[in-house]
Amino acid sequence: MTGADVLLLALGAVAVGAGALVVGTRHLVRAGLWLVVCLGALAGDYLVLSAELVAWVQVLIYVGAVVVLLLFAVMLTRAPIGPSDDLDRPGWPAALIGAGSGLGLAVLLVDAFRWSRVDLPAAGTAERLGEQVFRSWVLPFEVLSVLLLAALVGAVVLSRPDIGRPGGTPPGGPAGAVEPPRPVVAADEGGRA
Amino acid sequence: MRPVIPYVTAALLFGLGVYGVLRRRNAVLVLMAVELMLNAVNLILVTADTTVRAALPHSGQVFALFVIVLAAAEIGVGLAIVLQLYRLRASVTVDDVPLTEAPAGVAADRGEGEK
Repeated sequence: MTGADVLLLALGAVAVGAGALVVGTRHLVRAGLWLVVCLGALAGDYLVLSAELVAWVQVLIYVGAVVVLLLFAVMLTRAPIGPSDDLDRPGWPAALIGAGSGLGLAVLLVDAFRWSRVDLPAAGTAERLGEQVFRSWVLPFEVLSVLLLAALVGAVVLSRPDIGRPGGTPPGGPAGAVEPPRPVVAADEGGRA
Repeated sequence: MRPVIPYVTAALLFGLGVYGVLRRRNAVLVLMAVELMLNAVNLILVTADTTVRAALPHSGQVFALFVIVLAAAEIGVGLAIVLQLYRLRASVTVDDVPLTEAPAGVAADRGEGEK
């Protein structure tokens, strides 16, 4: 057991414990906050595994953006403050399937790697990763940018109630500003108001 | 570094995510459990990057970055859907979503549009 092993064990225990609280707590907001702890511990894991850039991107995007979005959603759906009893369905099947898949994967991986030891490679700094991304992985990178744009447009279309309404003017809003693209969008999104 | 430690961590996190997706009734909590599963996959990718010597160095970490971007896109669209569901039905309980018939508001709007 080296120092890296001890750190990995401690951070992994924190991540798994916080993850158990995310899926187990009866407070909606606390689930989001435990998710911060879990993702932060995973970022620490990445740092120990010498993946510097991934760790900081994890902190920026997951802890900074995704969790904030989730907490916004919790607040916008008028989540009750305090414990709520109707969050879970009775879940023996869920526990069985979850424990089965988790422990099954764990047994598989333990059997594959045993107590073997590897040396950490050179750290994944921004320079090295950027070189790889822009040399070997340029096409997936560009496709991902198109996908992000599509997701952005999709989220905007979904959250504007006046776009999917075929032929009608937006309720209370100024009409005519988005007149030309409306038939196309209405044809795509006609089934949803 | 013993690679089995992060691997087992990732497997347990994935199991917790599966359990959360199947157990929770609130759609936002289901999305949080999906995040747990995505992070388990990321941890596996980063650990595999340190243990397996690949032809291209650091491809596992590059893939982890890609998965993080995909997760950000997924959470944006997913939350837009959840908020639309809340606007339609004033509840985000996934058990209450009817899978066979459209809710009354949508049916009325669609009828208007076809005239």
